Amino acid sequence: MLVEALVLSAILFVIGTAGVLIRRNAIIMFLCIELMLNAVNLSFVALSRYLGIEGQLYVFFVMTVAAAEAAVGLAIIIAIFRHYETVNVDNFNLLKW
Amino acid sequence: MTEPARTTTEALAATAQAGSGFDPVLPGIILLLPLLGFLLNGILALVAGSRSATALRLAALAEPDSEEERVDHQHEVGAPKRATHTLPTWIGPGVMLLAFVLTAANFLRMLGADLHDAVVISYWSWMPTGALSVDAAIQLDQLSMIMMMVITGVGFLIHVFSVGYMKDDPGYPRYFAYLNLFVFFMLVLVTGANFPVMFVGWEGVGLCSYLLIGFWFQDREKADAGKKAFIVNRIGDVGLLMAMFILFSTFGTLNYGEIFAAAPTTLVYGGGVVTAITLFLLLGAAGKSAQIPLYVWLPDAMAGPTPVSALIHAATMVTAGVYLVARASVLFALAPVGAAAVATIGALTALFAATIALKQYDIKKVLAYSTVSQLGFMFMGVGVGAYAAGVFHLMTHAFFKALLFLGAGAVIHSMHHALHATHKDWDAQDMRNMGGLRRPMKWTWIFMWIATLAIAGIWPFAGFFSKDEIIWYVGTSAPFGPLYAVLWGMAVVTALLTAFYMTRMMILTFHGPNRTGEAERKHLHEAPLTMTIPLGVLAILSIFGGWINVPESVRNSFFGGFGLLPMSEWLHDWLLPVTAAADAIRLEQMGAYAYQSPIGGGHVTWGFIATGLALAVVILASRLFLSRDVKTALEEGEPTSGIGKLLYNKWYVDEFYDRIIVQPVIGISRFSWRVVDRVLIDGTVNAVGAVSRGAGWFGSLFQTGQLNTYAFILALGALALLGVLIL
Repeated sequence: MLVEALVLSAILFVIGTAGVLIRRNAIIMFLCIELMLNAVNLSFVALSRYLGIEGQLYVFFVMTVAAAEAAVGLAIIIAIFRHYETVNVDNFNLLKW
Repeated sequence: MTEPARTTTEALAATAQAGSGFDPVLPGIILLLPLLGFLLNGILALVAGSRSATALRLAALAEPDSEEERVDHQHEVGAPKRATHTLPTWIGPGVMLLAFVLTAANFLRMLGADLHDAVVISYWSWMPTGALSVDAAIQLDQLSMIMMMVITGVGFLIHVFSVGYMKDDPGYPRYFAYLNLFVFFMLVLVTGANFPVMFVGWEGVGLCSYLLIGFWFQDREKADAGKKAFIVNRIGDVGLLMAMFILFSTFGTLNYGEIFAAAPTTLVYGGGVVTAITLFLLLGAAGKSAQIPLYVWLPDAMAGPTPVSALIHAATMVTAGVYLVARASVLFALAPVGAAAVATIGALTALFAATIALKQYDIKKVLAYSTVSQLGFMFMGVGVGAYAAGVFHLMTHAFFKALLFLGAGAVIHSMHHALHATHKDWDAQDMRNMGGLRRPMKWTWIFMWIATLAIAGIWPFAGFFSKDEIIWYVGTSAPFGPLYAVLWGMAVVTALLTAFYMTRMMILTFHGPNRTGEAERKHLHEAPLTMTIPLGVLAILSIFGGWINVPESVRNSFFGGFGLLPMSEWLHDWLLPVTAAADAIRLEQMGAYAYQSPIGGGHVTWGFIATGLALAVVILASRLFLSRDVKTALEEGEPTSGIGKLLYNKWYVDEFYDRIIVQPVIGISRFSWRVVDRVLIDGTVNAVGAVSRGAGWFGSLFQTGQLNTYAFILALGALALLGVLIL
């Protein structure tokens, strides 16, 4: 049971990582990050069955932070879209000095 | 002695006995007075400086082309005097007068007291560092008292003279500030009770000398002369410092009293240590007193105002070396080689400088080389152990050389005004442009003849007694008998040369027809009273100054008026507490040999020979130069061949030094600058910078601004960490 859950978690995490690295659409990259977070959540929950309740406790933290992050991240993406009329990250290369 | 005088002496003696022998009156105030003068005049100079700078700026704004004219007008007499120009007239000589009066009071007290040990007054602990503890202390004894009398007395007269000489100069308050500061440092030099305090004065007078030589610093040549004096003196100072280091490592103290008391037992007679100390002291003394090989700065120092030449470069500062040797007489008595070196250097310098003076045309240059030559005499004196004779000549020389310089200043002043009145661009200091000045400048003429006869060693003027005493002693010393005989011969020749070139100077300047020019002649005038009165006082001192140290046999002969002189060898007896230790060492080591004459003959015989020869030279030189048809500087030009050219160009010593010292040093400096500094040091620093830049550029390649790249590198990093953790 634990092994399956952890494998699923790993698959989800890799899908999320690959999405972040490969895709150029900011919304999709954003969702991929959520996918990674939830992959981690899954492994937390799975492990908490064997190691104690703290794993589930951390899941709540992660979900709270993820919700806040979603609010901020979406707001930024909307602001960028309003300005550039696109959310393709190839067009944004200001993140350097 | 009359009755009231006796009671005064008794009263003084009584006071002295009540106290600790000698009770000084406000000794610190004597030193502080010139310092106060410096501060006040310095403030005035700053005020005047900022004001004139503003005026210059405004004038430059108004008329940008009139630079020449404005400088001319500043020079002109009659501009309204501001407070910054009238106050220094009173402050400068005023503090000197007060200092002189206080010094004289102390001197009289010391005369009354029977003082054997120096009075040391310690003000505060200056450098209390472990083994070395130095106090800011002054020492009053017979030697420092004589020096203080000369410094404040002659200094006061020269300050008064300066009022007349410098009053039209825009830098008037600055001039007096420097002059007062000089006197302060000079007093520190002679009163310091240990070597470091003396060294402060030693360096301070060097600084003032530099400031005053370069007083007219707008003139490149004069500023350079100041630098030359400073740098050459530094070389000598190294010697003085080395001597101090060795003294400290040997004695563990730098106080005069302790060193000189311990020296005879601590040091081996003629040993390496004491010889090294004395030779290093000699190097320092040679720098300050302009002896071979470090004399080259003094003739150039004539670039300063003439009263400065009189005070610093003739009467006081340059005698510091003689003072140093006399002060350290115990050490020199213990080191016969060091003492012989002093005497030899002195004799060589005296003769060498005298030959140069024969062929100089600048009136101040003649006097400058004459000063170097006379300092050589003093070195001979203190070198052969005749410390009192050396100090005696120091004192009389201060009188007549100050008089000669001030007289030359009056002449230059007059010439300058005459040439200025008609805008003639001749050299106001070239004697070939003078001639016949005895008519417009009668008093200066008389006074300068007195000084000339004094320096030539003609009886009864001061120089006769002091110089002949040195020559006498040079011929009497062991253990280097043959060497001293040679030195004696050099001294005699130098004395005759002195008479010759001084007469030449007087004839060229004051006698014969006037060569200044028709239009200029009527502008030649006698100097104002502020200038002639100091000349008169110095002339009196030049006549009578020599009478205080006449040997008994001479006193009873024709020269002493067959016993009419009130005292014999007063200065010698007066300085005995200072020199007794050295005399005792010499007597102990050399026995009767110490004062035995290899030449023979008594004081009186030699007195007749010396004054007769000198007089003959004066008369011969007068006839020679009076009969000669002297051409002006413009007509004659420089000597082109023979010994005249060699002497005119001062034996090419400056050129020689330039070749073997100055140019190599410049070469090394250039190498240090171009190779060591630019290539090695700058190169290393620049290379460090370039490597950082390169590394930064390489790193910046990874910073694309693309989110995906960053994310990719982040993921790689995480994987790498994971790999490390797992493996």
